[in-house]
Amino acid sequence: MSEIKQPLLRVENLKQHFRVSRNFTTKAVDGISFEIYEGETYGLVGESGSGKSTTGRSIIRLYDPTAGKIIFDGVDISGKLSKDAEKHLRTNMQMIFQDPMACLNPRKKVKEIIAQGLLIHNKFETKEELNDKVNRILDKVGLSAEQATRFPHQFSGGQRQRIGIARALVMNPKLVIADECISALDVSIQAQVVNLMRDIQDELGTTYLFIAHDLSMVKYISDRIGVMHLGHIVETGTTDEIFQNPIHPYTKALLSAIPHPNPVVEKAKIALNYDKEKEGVDYVGAVQHKITDTHYVLATEEDFKKWHK
Amino acid sequence: MENVKKEKKDRVLSIRNLNISFKTAYGVVKAIRGVRLDLFRGETVAIVGESGSGKSVTVKTILGILDSNGLIDDGSIIFNYTDENGEKHSVDLVQMPQKEIRYQFCGKRIAMVFQDPMTSLDPTMTVGKQIMQPMIYHLNLTKKEAKVRAIELLDEVGIDQPEKRFKQYPHELSGGMRQRVVIAIALSCNPEILICDEPTTALDVTIQAKILELIKSIQKKNNISVIYITHDLGVVAKVADYVAVMYAGRIIEKGNINEIFYDPKHPYTWGLLSSMPDTDTKSKRLFTIPGSPPNLLEKVKGDAFAIRNPYALNIDFREEPPMYDVGGQHRVASWLCDPRAPKVEMPVDLKDRIEKMKKEAAVYE
Repeated sequence: MSEIKQPLLRVENLKQHFRVSRNFTTKAVDGISFEIYEGETYGLVGESGSGKSTTGRSIIRLYDPTAGKIIFDGVDISGKLSKDAEKHLRTNMQMIFQDPMACLNPRKKVKEIIAQGLLIHNKFETKEELNDKVNRILDKVGLSAEQATRFPHQFSGGQRQRIGIARALVMNPKLVIADECISALDVSIQAQVVNLMRDIQDELGTTYLFIAHDLSMVKYISDRIGVMHLGHIVETGTTDEIFQNPIHPYTKALLSAIPHPNPVVEKAKIALNYDKEKEGVDYVGAVQHKITDTHYVLATEEDFKKWHK
Repeated sequence: MENVKKEKKDRVLSIRNLNISFKTAYGVVKAIRGVRLDLFRGETVAIVGESGSGKSVTVKTILGILDSNGLIDDGSIIFNYTDENGEKHSVDLVQMPQKEIRYQFCGKRIAMVFQDPMTSLDPTMTVGKQIMQPMIYHLNLTKKEAKVRAIELLDEVGIDQPEKRFKQYPHELSGGMRQRVVIAIALSCNPEILICDEPTTALDVTIQAKILELIKSIQKKNNISVIYITHDLGVVAKVADYVAVMYAGRIIEKGNINEIFYDPKHPYTWGLLSSMPDTDTKSKRLFTIPGSPPNLLEKVKGDAFAIRNPYALNIDFREEPPMYDVGGQHRVASWLCDPRAPKVEMPVDLKDRIEKMKKEAAVYE
């Protein structure tokens, strides 16, 4: 057998366009490719409107991709889904959403919310087994079985996000897409949720696609990072490569804007500006340039020479 | 910095012993318990705390927009200002009817920038009209004068093509642009105090940095005082001169920015600083503060933070700690600062991190 690690998810030249009117189409995601390996966390960062959330939603097929290929665990899940492929996708890939209040059904008890996926896919034999599964997952995310009979509005923001995580994990998914899952929470609660996600990864080997704009959290949780801007992945590499040796000016601007809790340094610093038009950076005609085996940057020939000295 | 200290600083706002409670269906919530805070001209104060710690309630009281079930039990908020004729005034905002505060000060001498620029702008009105409105109302400018000034303001907050933007509606602008418009509105009447309630949480890091730099430069130019409300310590580090950390309706630690960031004394502040991922953090787990904030429906016995505090002393569960003066402008409400208390050091990880921060900071000094 080959020694090469097989990616769990492979995205090839994914395009997601939205037609606004006859004359105007928004190219939210415009031809991106990346791979996620089993058991790792891939961070997708970028400003709002860069297409990072759209990417997540296209992968889990909340949208129908315009073009490109998505191969998940050896099964093609782009294009028209066959019954088997759909079942494979829906049971093995789960999503955690940004706003924990908006994504939980206010009329259902926590127990019902969590059990819903199991019920739909018939992933249990007896009622006891179902209850057991729900209780075990609740325990894992730090909620008590007694709390399972409550409604979402009776929980705080951090607890609600835990319910969201429990709902995703109860299916025992291979890949979890976490779309800005901590940005609505307080700093101290963010740390709790991130720790929880890490613990679960250590225990179950879950793979995460972590979408966020908070770079310091992304650095902390991710193994590899992709930087998105205007529907393109402009730079991708391991966390160290991106933070130690950023090549693309947009990555540099993004890194310089991270606020550090260090007042003297922070006051002296002025964030770099990046304007695609002004600098005349071309994304469409650009190709991926290899820096190291894992580090790639999107650039035209001249730009690449200019940036990479 | 030294020169500034020698001059007697001009106190714009002084809050003393403020107590506010809310009547709810479940009972009386003591939201603010004895807050004392000063704001000086040209300075920036940041109020830091978790949601529900009472930071928003404090500033809402200043603006006279406290919810109708809120009640100021005790305390005073003295606001000092100079009117158009150069006369000095000093009023207690607590004694004034809320309506009167809104007529006289709200938007004119005290202005506010809210969190979400989409909800604080009127979607049915052009941007220009919204900037003109406070000037026509408060300063009695004519429409023509107001328009000229509005375009100036748009330019000042870094919006290009101000004449074109003047005629546009909020939905035509991006999030960062909208927040710039909100800042322009806030600045339209040359306020003495600018209150920013999480001005950048709805924005991206790149735009956040730009907006913070904008507010800072305007503050310097117009010599106004700014109150920031935020839970992001990175933002605080960038903008504040003075920091007040709130927990369960009390200020538990305050001091100038370097005192709070390089020499924190309260275990809650330790927790806040440690739970923030430093971009150099290598350790596997982030520090978290166990438990959740107390329910203020019940009367707080002892220190409100005691149950979540690994360093809690016996007395923390019985009596509320007073404010200790620990030198400089630094005040801490923790029994750990009592001379009789056992000596407790901050967690090692945090200590290492602060040492590293100091080293980085030394380069800039």
